[in-house]
Amino acid sequence: MIAAARTILRKDLRIELRTKESVPAMVLFSITVYVLFHFGLDRDSLDGALAAGVLWVTLLLAAVIGVSRLFAAEREQGGIDGLLLSPVDRTALFVAKASALFVFLTVLEVVAVPAFGLLLLGPGLGGAFPELLAVLALGNLGVAAVGALVAALAAETRAHELIVPLLLLPLLVPVLIACAQATEPLMRQEAVAEDLGRWLGLLSLYDVVFVLLSVAVFDFLLED
Amino acid sequence: MVAIELERLERRYGERVALGDVSVRVEQGQTLAVLGGNGAGKTTLLRVLAGLLRPHGGTARVLGAALPDERWKLPAQVGYVGHEPLLYRELTGRENLYYHADLHGVPHARIDTVLAGMDVDDRADEPVRDLSKGLVQRLAIARAVLHEPALLLLDEPRANLDPAAAELVEPIIGRASGRTRVLVSHDVEGALAESDVTLGLRDGRPAPVDAELYR
Repeated sequence: MIAAARTILRKDLRIELRTKESVPAMVLFSITVYVLFHFGLDRDSLDGALAAGVLWVTLLLAAVIGVSRLFAAEREQGGIDGLLLSPVDRTALFVAKASALFVFLTVLEVVAVPAFGLLLLGPGLGGAFPELLAVLALGNLGVAAVGALVAALAAETRAHELIVPLLLLPLLVPVLIACAQATEPLMRQEAVAEDLGRWLGLLSLYDVVFVLLSVAVFDFLLED
Repeated sequence: MVAIELERLERRYGERVALGDVSVRVEQGQTLAVLGGNGAGKTTLLRVLAGLLRPHGGTARVLGAALPDERWKLPAQVGYVGHEPLLYRELTGRENLYYHADLHGVPHARIDTVLAGMDVDDRADEPVRDLSKGLVQRLAIARAVLHEPALLLLDEPRANLDPAAAELVEPIIGRASGRTRVLVSHDVEGALAESDVTLGLRDGRPAPVDAELYR
């Protein structure tokens, strides 16, 4: 199963490197939204809860783009049939798609978080960087698991671009709450890691539940 | 030994019956020609036999696997050439075959053999999107036979192939391959000439193979 997942992931990353359809769009979207917030709020800098909220809402909305495109090659070029005609456990497809989305989100954040720091954030991120990395990693895992599940569900529907945000965003509310709450103290003028353990614990629990749930139901999503 | 045994097979799309009351028996090594007009249910039948669609009624056994419960047994034994080449346009032909070889556990050395057999080895490192339909069809056939399947499901396999290419693929997907085949074709005379068993379909139901079949 791991070997098949690696094969599918390698294929997905290679296609993204060649087409540049998902990650650049996600990055551009995030930076555009930060610029819009900059002018919309008419503030040069944000901190605390407002900064955490703007950061995470933007990242999750950018994730919608990646999730919408996650099965694009499969949908448009018959890749799902190709996979179903291979002696491969369908869980491998879930693992590969979730891993690809995790990579996309990580690349997005490598650009979008420093851009957020430059464009909007008042306090520097330097002191709280390791804590922020932990929040980002656990947040990405949750988004990747739910995103792969929703993308598979929407893949064979005609209105997939509509279904993805309608299903994905409500499911990501717990991730948004936990990530924003964990990040808020890190973005105060005097950054402190307040209640970090509690929110990271909640994120980990969410990740475990959705990874297990996704593995359990993924087979049925690809049934005709 | 029986390769395909269908008994009153039925498949619906919502309320519409796409296949109904289809019964046929094909021995190993034989060729079944499926004939009929557009929308007659030919492609649906191939997809059911490939395990891509569940039958909704009747019984279906393919290479000993009862469908749909045992369809997990099929992928390693079935090669499918459909309307879509099942190749990623942004990848090269060789990369596509590497991908399918890895999924099927086929040694990479086999890829060169298959590419040479299809005479596409000199264009195999170009992205599929840059290739002509004929070359893509050859690659699709290469993909389908990469894992040396016992059963070939062929939906207009010679579409887009020029006469020389059609001759080239003959030992690979033709009768000379020795494999059990299900062949969908609009070339009635050609299909009848290379088949052992014939199934005519009209509106998803069995029909005699005569001039009325395409009306």
